[in-house]
Amino acid sequence: MSIRISQIDKTYGYKGHGSKGHGRKGHGHTRALEPIDLDIHDGELIGLLGPSGSGKTTLLRIVAGLEQADSGSIHFGERDVTRVHVRDRRIGFVFQHYALFRHMSVFDNVAFGLTAMPRSQRPSSGEIRSRVMQLLEMVRLQDFAERFPAQLSGGQQQRVSLARALALKPDVLLLDEPFGALDAKVRQELRRWLRHLHEELHFTSLFVTHDQEEALELSDRVVVMSNGRIEQIATPDTLYRQPANRFVFEFLGDVNRIEGDIEKEILTCGNAWVAAPGVENGRQELLLRPHEVRLDEQPSPRAHLPVSVTAVVPVGAEVRLELEADWLGEPWLATISHADFERLAITRGKRLFAQPSRLHRFDTSRPQTLAPLSVS
Amino acid sequence: MIRIGDAPRVRRLLIGAALVLTALFLLLPLVAIFAQALMNGIDVYWQNLSDAYTLSAIGLTLLVAVITVPVNLVFGVFLAWLVTRFDFPGRRLLQTLIDIPFAVSPVVAGLVYLLLYGRNGWLGGWLDAHDIQIMFAWPGIVLVTLFVTCPFVARELIPLMQAQGSREEEAAVTLGASGWTIFRRVTLPNIRHALLYGVILTNARAVGEFGAVSVVAGAIRGETNTLPLQVEQLYQDYNTVGAFTSASLLALLALMTLAAKAVLEWRATRRETAT
Repeated sequence: MSIRISQIDKTYGYKGHGSKGHGRKGHGHTRALEPIDLDIHDGELIGLLGPSGSGKTTLLRIVAGLEQADSGSIHFGERDVTRVHVRDRRIGFVFQHYALFRHMSVFDNVAFGLTAMPRSQRPSSGEIRSRVMQLLEMVRLQDFAERFPAQLSGGQQQRVSLARALALKPDVLLLDEPFGALDAKVRQELRRWLRHLHEELHFTSLFVTHDQEEALELSDRVVVMSNGRIEQIATPDTLYRQPANRFVFEFLGDVNRIEGDIEKEILTCGNAWVAAPGVENGRQELLLRPHEVRLDEQPSPRAHLPVSVTAVVPVGAEVRLELEADWLGEPWLATISHADFERLAITRGKRLFAQPSRLHRFDTSRPQTLAPLSVS
Repeated sequence: MIRIGDAPRVRRLLIGAALVLTALFLLLPLVAIFAQALMNGIDVYWQNLSDAYTLSAIGLTLLVAVITVPVNLVFGVFLAWLVTRFDFPGRRLLQTLIDIPFAVSPVVAGLVYLLLYGRNGWLGGWLDAHDIQIMFAWPGIVLVTLFVTCPFVARELIPLMQAQGSREEEAAVTLGASGWTIFRRVTLPNIRHALLYGVILTNARAVGEFGAVSVVAGAIRGETNTLPLQVEQLYQDYNTVGAFTSASLLALLALMTLAAKAVLEWRATRRETAT
């Protein structure tokens, strides 16, 4: 089922004082959401990504019906649910801290939605039993049916909470930082599992996260939010390669900065300089990702950026380096291959030259990417 | 690390002192009540118990408890729900107001009710004209008892409900549960221990309240005497054995209350260690 969000906005203030919803900020009022438009297609898995306070959870709760927007509308398919109560919206909601019913067994937790139905619609207890066991099998917890939530690990609790949310076959599954409270390994496993489940069952889902890796890994499309606004909606690939603005660029990964004066397409900063093809004269700031830094023992004709290595972290597939220099405000991060690391015989204190393979500019009306090395 | 009382001699001394003080200040008076009541034998005790006035006092005390406890149970749950689940202007003020009955001396509470509902009071004239008697009758006693005991349940529930938050209720509503279903199947089971404890405290106070009740009851023997007032009156009449007989009933109730509380706490900890 598709979700159409149009012109949803929300301002927090003292309720019932009559002065809310007039766009007034200041005294006791916080604008949580600017008018938001978002179309989610049937069967899509969408990640809402942003720092805390960006309004992503508020938006999710408004879609769920747990909070009311000041204005705007929400449609599930053709159905206008803007004024529909949560309990009638047919959503599944997964909470960050699971929110399992602590005094009920795992079985009763999952069965809750079915047993809470009005008697006329309620399935027979035999049907409920088989449905719940089927769900527990799906989350691989069939042996834990009689346990209580406190007797389960965090990952198991979150799986119970997912089974509970799916028990009523919701049109839409909403997840609020579903893996935020779990440790890295369990998180990884649950992500893969959710992705799998989503492909199998084809519900439309919207999840909130502040973890960029999680958003990029899970989502069909990612919605990046900050300060109650949508910054960009794009596929993970586009988002990473073509960030719409500086906020998105910085939020999606580590960023190195270089600032200096440009003259004749050369940016100079102290004793360092780098080619900046196509950039007009004046004070400019250019950005690049750690993997866009190459290192060499000699300067090149297009870049003269002397740095010294101050830290070496050989973790995983790459080696992370911290680079410092007089001309740098904050140290740069660089990730290089183990092969390069060995070839250059890098140790702490070694002096090298940085070669940017790409540079990004965001102070123009459209973001611009420069390739100083490939320009002849 | 050296703690005070680490030396065996000091420890024995401290434990001994605590035991002696407990015996002296808590246990001895309790024993004295029953000793006095049974001073002239069990027959006199029964005779005193089956005294018409005492029986009427027992009846009235039970009536007050039977009305007060359910009313304050509902009121306390409602108040705690309101204060912990909703944000509205005046919420903090309300939370402070709940404590007024604790802060005010019961005698003052009684006087205020007398001022309001008494014959010369603000509402008293109207009530008198309609032939409704509240003061110096059981409705007045029930009213002041309600006032004095109304914070107990809410006070027990508010911190617990604040700590638990409303996430489970939100989860229940997303699963399509109606308000009543949520209360019955999610909220109530989570607060039931605190609620029972609140009820026990309310009951103990409703049965034992003296100050406020003595102002509004008017001490009409056989009509508006509750057990605590009966104790006092019998004592004034130099009927020491009678007074202690009634007092022993109150003490018995207190002991039962404490036992109930201990059982509840024991069951709660056993549940926690089991999970």
